Amino acid sequence: MIDVQNITKRYGDRTAIERVSFSVTKGEVLAFLGPNGAGKTTTMRILTCFMPATEGTATVDGFDCFEQPTDVKRRIGYLPETPPVYQELTVMEYLTFVGRLKGMTGADLRRRLPLVIEQISLGDVRDRLIANLSRGYRQRVGLAQAVLHDPPVLILDEPTVGLDPKQIIEIRELIKSLAGSHTVILSTHILPEATAVCQRVVIINDGRIVAVDRPEHLSARLRRSEKLSLTVKAPPPYFADRLRGIPGIVNVTEPEHGGAYLVECALGRDVRDELARFVVTNGWDLLELKTISMSLEDVFLRLTQHEDGISERSDGSAEREARA
Amino acid sequence: MTPAQAIVAKELRSAYSSPIIYVVAAVFLLIFGILSYIAVVNAGVQAIRLMQIQGLAAKINLNDLVFRPTFYSTSIILLLSLPILTMRAFAEERKLRTFELLMTSPVGINEIVAGKFVAVLLTYTGMLALTGVVPVVLAMFNSFDWAPVFTGYLGLLLMGALFLSVGLFASAVTENQIIAAFLSFGILLSVWLLGAMGAILGDTPVANAISYLSFIEHYDRLVRGLVDTKDLVYFICGILFMLFLTHRVVESERWK
Repeated sequence: MIDVQNITKRYGDRTAIERVSFSVTKGEVLAFLGPNGAGKTTTMRILTCFMPATEGTATVDGFDCFEQPTDVKRRIGYLPETPPVYQELTVMEYLTFVGRLKGMTGADLRRRLPLVIEQISLGDVRDRLIANLSRGYRQRVGLAQAVLHDPPVLILDEPTVGLDPKQIIEIRELIKSLAGSHTVILSTHILPEATAVCQRVVIINDGRIVAVDRPEHLSARLRRSEKLSLTVKAPPPYFADRLRGIPGIVNVTEPEHGGAYLVECALGRDVRDELARFVVTNGWDLLELKTISMSLEDVFLRLTQHEDGISERSDGSAEREARA
Repeated sequence: MTPAQAIVAKELRSAYSSPIIYVVAAVFLLIFGILSYIAVVNAGVQAIRLMQIQGLAAKINLNDLVFRPTFYSTSIILLLSLPILTMRAFAEERKLRTFELLMTSPVGINEIVAGKFVAVLLTYTGMLALTGVVPVVLAMFNSFDWAPVFTGYLGLLLMGALFLSVGLFASAVTENQIIAAFLSFGILLSVWLLGAMGAILGDTPVANAISYLSFIEHYDRLVRGLVDTKDLVYFICGILFMLFLTHRVVESERWK
């Protein structure tokens, strides 16, 4: 449905995205994950024909975003970063205007408007001026605008920003219900969101794609570089340095106020037995030893903070971030 | 309703919910009223003077004494007030990011530009229509030739439309409304002064070409009651040219 090939976008001499390629099949929900300024919005703007790529091609439903923008635009519902609302209009006036812009007829509008207002629970505010709505409501109006003409492709730039937890769940449910019949690309920096609604995640950092996979695969692939949490009763001085002496252990992070040591070991090596033996034979009291599986958060931080990607170990700085 | 018509409707709806249009229209009508009042009183003074000299009730020419001076002065108010009507057009869309909605909808840029132009033109036509009170009231007390009044209004409409198209262009190049207003004011005043520039160069082909570019000469002929195709062509080409430039600027936005 969506096919992006080697897209590069430069603003002057600053490169926003570089050789980004991915494709989305019909009915799939894809999340774009990345820190602010990673190039998520730029990619979306290219897909929605808001601006052309410097190099590379993007097609939506077989139509080229540069050559046939009108055909592409007709098939896309787009929620930009800032909801594109006119404050001086009421919600109904605004949605009617957007519907007309998208080429909907009066009959289409009469059919779709009540449906969308119901779906996104805008019934209470339908006749209020958008200027008087809260951030969350404006975001929802923006979302309503994107789905109004029932486009086969939805591109949502941070759809749940500014919503309260209950609304976030509602919107996620809505997006999930759209999956299958619609192709959805959404960007987010909230990881549970990606896990909750998406079949695939594209992690993007500094304008490059660092990983594309299903959320569960991503963390599974990383779990191999084990992290262990070790608690010892009254650890002796230089305990961390002595641990580092054990073969296979890569890094040890000392707890600041007592508690668990964070032990990291090399890829694919299980050092739990050695570690336990080491502690016990030295006569210290082992209180706890457990593996820590990486959450998507860890994966994300690891991937976006280093160039080294999935297969290599990370250093301590990511670790501290990950725990924070 | 086509997308372009929807844009016209939305622009009008937005314009009338903002105080700008009411302030601009009120000031415009107030000054138009003051100008025509001064012209009428002035005409009265002259009539009395003629009566004293000739000893009989003089037939005064309202076209020369009232309408022409009023129409001339109105061009200055338009120069100051029309940029205010157009400054929001694109600048605000860009500032509030609603521009992204327009540009990602299946609407051509020409439809967007045309929609916005028609909306401000309708507003301006409404303002002009309200000034019609002055000739209607004068017609109750005196008779005058309506034809030059109509051509004067045609001149006002065409010149105003040209000002609006310049204003749209200025609004498209910036996201700051004040810059947009001041820029269109600057462009219009410069083009106006081309007329004076041509005049100091004497009667050479270059000078004539320069004065041809100024709208004031063309407006002048319409106010005097002369409808010349060359003047109509000037205004229509000018408007289309400015709208074309606006289109290019809006389109170029994508390339930044």
